[in-house]
Amino acid sequence: MVRILAFLVGLGFCFIAGFSLITGAVTYLSEPHEESVEHRFHKEPKDVAFSFDGPLGKYDRQQLQRGFQVYKEVCSSCHGLSLVAFRNLAEIGYEEPEVKAIADQWQIQVPSVDPKTGEAATRKAIPADAFPSPYPNEVAARAANNNAMPPDLSLIAKARHGGSAYIYSLLTGYQNPPGNLPPENRPGQGLHFNPYFPNLNIAMPPPLQADGQVTYADGTNATRDQMAKDISAFLAWTAEPRLENRHRTGLAVLVFLILATILAYMAYQNIWAGAKKPPARGDGEDDYSPGHTATGHH
Amino acid sequence: MSFPWAKAYEPKSGLMRWIDERLPLPRLVFNSIGGGYEVPRNLNYMWNFAVLAGFALMLQIVTGIILAMHYAPAGDLAFRSVEHIMRNVNQGWMLRYAHANGASFFFIVTYIHIFRGLYYGSYKAPRELVWMLGVVILLLMMATAFMGYVLPWGQMSFWGAKVITGLFGAIPLVGEPIQTWLLGGFAPDNAALNRFFSLHYLLPFVIAAVVILHIWALHIPGSNNPTGVDIKSPRDTLPFHPYYTAKDGFGLGVFLIIYAAVTFFAPNYLGHADNYIPANALSTPAHIVPEWYFWPFYAILRAFTVDFILPAKLWGVLAMFAAILLLFFLPWIDRSPVRSGNYRPTFRKFFWILVADVLVLGWVGGLPAEEPYVMISQLATMYYFAHFLIILPILSATERTLPLPSSIADSVLHGQEVESQPAGISPRPAAAE
Repeated sequence: MVRILAFLVGLGFCFIAGFSLITGAVTYLSEPHEESVEHRFHKEPKDVAFSFDGPLGKYDRQQLQRGFQVYKEVCSSCHGLSLVAFRNLAEIGYEEPEVKAIADQWQIQVPSVDPKTGEAATRKAIPADAFPSPYPNEVAARAANNNAMPPDLSLIAKARHGGSAYIYSLLTGYQNPPGNLPPENRPGQGLHFNPYFPNLNIAMPPPLQADGQVTYADGTNATRDQMAKDISAFLAWTAEPRLENRHRTGLAVLVFLILATILAYMAYQNIWAGAKKPPARGDGEDDYSPGHTATGHH
Repeated sequence: MSFPWAKAYEPKSGLMRWIDERLPLPRLVFNSIGGGYEVPRNLNYMWNFAVLAGFALMLQIVTGIILAMHYAPAGDLAFRSVEHIMRNVNQGWMLRYAHANGASFFFIVTYIHIFRGLYYGSYKAPRELVWMLGVVILLLMMATAFMGYVLPWGQMSFWGAKVITGLFGAIPLVGEPIQTWLLGGFAPDNAALNRFFSLHYLLPFVIAAVVILHIWALHIPGSNNPTGVDIKSPRDTLPFHPYYTAKDGFGLGVFLIIYAAVTFFAPNYLGHADNYIPANALSTPAHIVPEWYFWPFYAILRAFTVDFILPAKLWGVLAMFAAILLLFFLPWIDRSPVRSGNYRPTFRKFFWILVADVLVLGWVGGLPAEEPYVMISQLATMYYFAHFLIILPILSATERTLPLPSSIADSVLHGQEVESQPAGISPRPAAAE
């Protein structure tokens, strides 16, 4: 009975799925199927190497500080970093007085309350504050940016496929639209063609305009390529500040587990050594006790 | 339970005797996972995965309880509290990555465990209830995992919750009220997040309870084995401890190495980048996909694209649930008296096609619903249902099986014993099982 019912239900589902398949196949064969424009012009992120790649990768403190400089002087005018606090800068090599000074001199003040009147006010940032957003709210952000919303950058390296390589490719990927790009896909008012951006046209104007836009404190030559790499590394750090800890711990855990597993394998072989050759058929079955074999080999 | 030759519990110390006389817990442990549980001596590595699944469950409960101490189940706080765990809680990043990847590895070992049961006929008499309780555990795991994925309140959390609860919306007439009732609103919001958190905390303990029933039911007939032949004499078995505790110890080590490698060196590989974007009801992701372990079922859901009496969406929902629920009936669908696929050559071929089929379903389930992937998913869906509901009933009635070994011990003693076996003894006929 169960089998007859199962058979009928099975036939039913196969029939409906087959009907969907045939309908889909007819449509697929009869209608011209063109690759979407996004698919044709979209590019995968460029190959770019970072010091934190691979299982033993570490952040390059100098590079992160340069990247922070790019964030501070270029990105921060539109993008917040709401999950990172000024005090976190100590992790990339800034001394405590430097961190205090950076917070104190930050262009955007932190929303606060007037201690006397209780009215809304602003105050200077302190190391415990997160990087304040440049806009008081989303409406203000959109109003200032042609109705586009500059995303918070704290997690951007983990929130985009390709991570840091994507950010680097996007920042260095602005170009004139190719001649064969259909008119409806050409960048409209306030948009810019960028083949690394999923829908090809991005609202953000090219942020890295020219070599030397930032004057690096460590004297590194600030080419556009260098700045793009440094900010990508910095944003990898803001997204995954515990990466070095994770790599270190992971290595120790793996070494321990491999040794423990080798020991476990030897114990397994040792315990089973007696059980691998059971007694011959002629032996009295009553005499055979596997437990005894085991204790003999401990 | 167990066999006449299983050792009875004898307390090794006065304290244990004292406890055992008042509360026979030491006896229970000894009889269930100690030296008092006789297990077929020929179990291969495929039998490691039950213990691994149990370990993964405990890992999820331990890491989850600690994460819950730092997590805030409220719409505007949930995302930030997860990032607080990642950044400010001591070793919080490790707990969260261990928990997120732990769910994936729980499913990996459980799926292998299920396919092991399918291949070796572990669902057949007298283990039908073991199998059915296992399907209950799978359903509970899926519910728990789905609700857990909603908790970080990223884009995929939000839109996944919307799509999955939307499945209930496909039910005629009462569908939309049910969806609203499940979510506590018209769209996922605080109410949904809070109840998902509450249930996500509850269900693992329900799973643990059903696991106990699963193991209890298993201990009545004892474990199946690669030959599928019943245990007949003490020569067929070894005590669980120390033999299988030692083997499971090694298996656990290998499992932990792979799990740790992913957790520490590619913790986001199995996740989706969009879930690092805070939930936004006004911005739909380009394509919404559930976690990878749901992809085969997601592919079945999306394979039904044409209205036929019922709306296509409802067919998809019915098929997706049927794909799991049919497993409950498997012991009565496949009536072949031979358990192990080792002695069912035709079944074995179809089994491997099924494995490939589920992998294909998983592959297309993670891709956007575009041709030709939809057509592939439709073909694979047809085979999935045909395998369980059409091929197995016919096959189990018609196939010619290979002769079974006369006992488990004989199958292990290949070379030594089989040669010395008297020529007159023919292997047991399959129907005698």
